Amino acid sequence: MAYDLSHLRQLEAESIHIFREVAAEFERPCLLFSGGKDSIVMLRLAEKAFWPARLPFPVMHVDTGHNFPEVMEFRDRRLDEAGVRLVVASVQKAIDDGRVVEETGPRASRNRLQTRTLLDGIEEHRFDALFGGARRDEEKARAKERVFSFRDEFGQWDPKNQRPELWSLYNGRTRQGEHIRVFPISNWTELDIWQYIRAEDIEIPSVYFSHRREVFERDGMLLSVSPFVTLMNGETPFVETVRYRTVGDMSCTGAVESAAGTIEAIIAEVSASRITERGATRADDRVSEAAMEDRKKEGYF
Amino acid sequence: MEMLRFATAGSVDDGKSTLIGRLLYDTKTIFQDQLDAVERASVQMGSDYTNLALLTDGLRAEREQGITIDVAYRYFSTPKRKFIIADTPGHIQYTRNMVTGASTADLAIVLIDARKGVLEQSRRHAFLASLLRIPHLVLAVNKMDLVDYDEGRFEEVKEEFRAFAMKLDVADLTFIPVSALHGDNVVERSINTPWYDGPSLLHHLEEVHIASDRNLIDPRFPVQYVIRPQSDQFHDYRGYAGTVAGGVMRPGDEVVVLPSGFGSTIKSIETFDGPVDEAFAPMAVTVRLRDEIDISRGDMLCRPHNRPTSSQDIDAMVCWMSGRSPLSTGSRLVVKHTTRTAKVIIKQLAYRLDINTLSRDEDAGTLKLNEIGRVTMRSQVPLFFDEYRRNRSTGSLILIDETTNDTVGAGMILGEAN
Repeated sequence: MAYDLSHLRQLEAESIHIFREVAAEFERPCLLFSGGKDSIVMLRLAEKAFWPARLPFPVMHVDTGHNFPEVMEFRDRRLDEAGVRLVVASVQKAIDDGRVVEETGPRASRNRLQTRTLLDGIEEHRFDALFGGARRDEEKARAKERVFSFRDEFGQWDPKNQRPELWSLYNGRTRQGEHIRVFPISNWTELDIWQYIRAEDIEIPSVYFSHRREVFERDGMLLSVSPFVTLMNGETPFVETVRYRTVGDMSCTGAVESAAGTIEAIIAEVSASRITERGATRADDRVSEAAMEDRKKEGYF
Repeated sequence: MEMLRFATAGSVDDGKSTLIGRLLYDTKTIFQDQLDAVERASVQMGSDYTNLALLTDGLRAEREQGITIDVAYRYFSTPKRKFIIADTPGHIQYTRNMVTGASTADLAIVLIDARKGVLEQSRRHAFLASLLRIPHLVLAVNKMDLVDYDEGRFEEVKEEFRAFAMKLDVADLTFIPVSALHGDNVVERSINTPWYDGPSLLHHLEEVHIASDRNLIDPRFPVQYVIRPQSDQFHDYRGYAGTVAGGVMRPGDEVVVLPSGFGSTIKSIETFDGPVDEAFAPMAVTVRLRDEIDISRGDMLCRPHNRPTSSQDIDAMVCWMSGRSPLSTGSRLVVKHTTRTAKVIIKQLAYRLDINTLSRDEDAGTLKLNEIGRVTMRSQVPLFFDEYRRNRSTGSLILIDETTNDTVGAGMILGEAN
């Protein structure tokens, strides 16, 4: 049929529409970029929305300091290629400045410290809209979040008091100090992201593909041996063939055993998987039934 | 692969959650860790069975109170289509959520308990589906197992609903006898209903023809953003970015720009991936014109002999969504319509509609939360619109309260007000 758009082209068009709407209506938008696959797809969609002009906003990385070196190398190269300005909100700097206190012990994570660092970054640069790569299929609190998600002057989300969102008419009105989190890929699933990466031939960091890595097992997850984690009694490192389904903080992102070395193999693996990506690989979401909702209320991504 | 968005409405009693759980489970969309989490939560709440509603009730308050507060979006796909479900609670106090979920849906599933027949709630759901002009309506007559899969009962419910649906504007109505609990006619045709020769629900969702639901007749292009790279390579580049809201546009087409009325010709239609020969809804493209004309966000490109109505006086069905203050004559609000934003004054509330009986109350002075009525408004600048029934994109608007910045109303345009 002549006038059909595939699901990927429809999702793409919806996302581009959202990027343009924000650029037109806000004064100081910013794109959150972690170097993970979702933010990489977001960057490509933003490039498409404004081509042949460059992105009319900067990119912000909330940097825990516990990064995969491969991802940092990729981040700098990719942003340079896109010709966009990078703003780094550093958790290390927040710790050094005494704005947040580092957790201690072998299970210490900088995950929660990201929220304060993010909110400080927003305030410092007076951003009024932040593009995030959250998807509704990821997590059940996210399944109920709007595309334009209002944040009060404390950066908080109130799930029971969300603005109705109809058709493709988005209400982005805010007062001084408030902001909107914007999720252009709300309606994409993990599989859509991989299919799009394949269709568009988008480069992603090497940690997404199968490789040999020194890991250890904790709480049923394979964590990478790195300077950022301390082994506890009984934890023994071993070398395994793994890849990452999500890319976050090295101290709490688990690897999965996998021989998938190509996008095709990853798509086959994701299609057959019986476990969600966050369930498989994110210690930060395992804390409780409402872990994500609680962090989001505080101002998390 | 095509994409289909559908809305479901109903309460736990109708078996809506069970039906969605069944669709997700049988299409292998529920993941093991999600199922484990639901099982853990069910045990913790003292439930004897795995409560599939917990899959969609995502917020802490919902799980604690066992209710659904808000629209939840769920995703699944089959080799034929990707599906987006807008799962909305069915009670009358959640009308605004149903309207929200229905606004983007291609199809709505209304559930009816075969034992109870067509209740007030089912009529309300069907009415809202028709008001929001969801092109396809499926009436799933559920709990057929509890009426011994009786064909006679199914026919009775069908007739009862058809009599009511005559009053509505429903283009495509399909009846399917199901048992969500046992899976009859949900994914596979059931051997328990040999008298039923229609498709299973999933088969219908996969096959229903949606390509012709879009408006491919009236070219409408609301300008969203003006692209001016101001780089050495694209020094004089000026492109109008936006999402096609109707019709088909091609390079060489004569166009008129509203509100200025200036004419030009489409030089090219461009995207990051290269120029295209034609653009149609919902493509997001950049249009370049042969002539230098002053065009900005909120303007609209259309054809010289096919223009939208341009008027400051608008007649619309409005669903009021604010519990804070009601809509009344004289209310001052902000309207957002396509890419235009303007101040509006409510001139008149012609009537309030009882959404259960469809009767009109012409003496009503206000519209409160979850109420629907026919409203005329005057905007500070002209809007370029079509009837909602002709184009859901150029026929829809939202109303915003300027003091709270809340979205307080949703409007479906009927036409120009006299």
